[in-house]
Amino acid sequence: MFFKLLQLELFKISKRPRTYISFGALAVLVILIQLALKTNGEEFVELLTANQGETFILPKKEIISNGYFVCYVILNMLLIHIPLLVALIAADQISGEANMGTLRFLVGKPISRTQLILAKFAASVIYIIAMLLWLALIGLLGSNLIFGTNDLYIGRQSDILIIERIDVMWRYVMAFLFATLALSVVAALALLFSVLSENSIGPIVATTAVVIVCTIIQQLSVPIFENTITKWLFTIHMLGWKGFFYPQTFDIIGEYSGPVVKGTIERSEALIKSSAILFGYIALFLGIAVWRFNKKDILS
Amino acid sequence: MKHLILIIAVLFSINVKAQDVNDIIKKLKTKYEKVNDYEAKAKLKTNVLFIKAPIANVKVYYKKPNKLKIKNDSGVSFIPKGSVNVNMGNIFAMKDYTALDAGTDKVNGTAVKVIKLLPGDNDKSGVELATLYVDTEKELILKSKTTTKENGTYELEMKYGTYASYGLPSYVVFSFNTKDYKLPKGVTFDYDNGAAKDNKKKLKTKKGKIEISYSSYTINKGVKDEVFTK
Repeated sequence: MFFKLLQLELFKISKRPRTYISFGALAVLVILIQLALKTNGEEFVELLTANQGETFILPKKEIISNGYFVCYVILNMLLIHIPLLVALIAADQISGEANMGTLRFLVGKPISRTQLILAKFAASVIYIIAMLLWLALIGLLGSNLIFGTNDLYIGRQSDILIIERIDVMWRYVMAFLFATLALSVVAALALLFSVLSENSIGPIVATTAVVIVCTIIQQLSVPIFENTITKWLFTIHMLGWKGFFYPQTFDIIGEYSGPVVKGTIERSEALIKSSAILFGYIALFLGIAVWRFNKKDILS
Repeated sequence: MKHLILIIAVLFSINVKAQDVNDIIKKLKTKYEKVNDYEAKAKLKTNVLFIKAPIANVKVYYKKPNKLKIKNDSGVSFIPKGSVNVNMGNIFAMKDYTALDAGTDKVNGTAVKVIKLLPGDNDKSGVELATLYVDTEKELILKSKTTTKENGTYELEMKYGTYASYGLPSYVVFSFNTKDYKLPKGVTFDYDNGAAKDNKKKLKTKKGKIEISYSSYTINKGVKDEVFTK
């Protein structure tokens, strides 16, 4: 019964025009970033190398002639905004039905309300997977076709990482899997707001607002937040996908960094912790949604 | 009379020493001048606190008098700007200089002669001061310190193998000065895995090194000029 319900939910999602707006918006954004990097990529690289041009011959052409790097830039720019696209669908799941007056008929079927929430959540996760596959297709494979491949350059706040090209693809696979988990938190939150509302706009705006506020707090490097709530914000753990692009180095010898070790992750325990926290948030948001939905008087 | 003899003796010894170091430089130059150009295969290891890179396969191209290029055709490497000084071409390209005997020293346990080269007014090599640590027995430069007009001071340490007869090293450590690296948080959106806090505790250094291990040289087979401009 659950799978039939899931099929039905997926069918509903596929019939909504807004589903395709997300895919279209992603395609436009990716193409715009690719175009910008194709034409002015070297200037962008100069910005990312923080004046090291005075000491080093910057391999600007080698850095930018690389689909892996372009995809990393795309993900870096878009994964802050993709939660908004997830909210468009997930926040409409219950409140949309309530708004259209179909929720009463739905709960009248021989299924539990818990199953209904879980089916809607599962449908949202499948939507997220489809969106990320689409992003991988145009952002990663498309960029590789347009730009070619090379070693991947990552500019962090206090260091530069270079990953050999043969060591990159598995990191993307893991990063996309992690992104699925991260965006599922947003879907669970949107679903919770959806349960609490009778129209779609409120939950979409509320989800977006929570994501924006959390992102701003994590960017404010002030002790009052850093020592208290920042480390527990789900948005900070959503960045965990990047952790797969931070490889380990051989022991630091004296005052220098050792070379990068192929096939490794700098701090895998941090990623495990982030994953656990994200799973925890999903359980918390879904739990409250199920509890609230089971108690709800459905009149519409 | 005694004083006069002493002064003459000192002047004579200085002159003999200057002749000595000039002879050494001449012998080194003769050895080095056998090389008109080369293309070498090598492995490059970058040792800079803020750069974490794999060991790269590179090609090193040289052409007389002082053209040198390190290229990583198969990947991304940060090559220091002063890398033109990773061989002695720049030093031996000096036309007008004064060689001074700066005594003796030891490099990795080997006794060396220290020679300072001061460029004359007509010198256009861009070198301000070069200090060479020469193994006079084998006629090889084991270490050098070069201060250039444009790119600061560089240090070079060399070990020799198969190509010692050409004065070409099998292993080079090139030290250079680095600048601070820092990007704004809002640009990178880093994932905080706890490593950044540990890195901050580490000793901050303004020195960087590259290590080049040469596996083979192709000497005097011609190197196109375009290699150095690309």
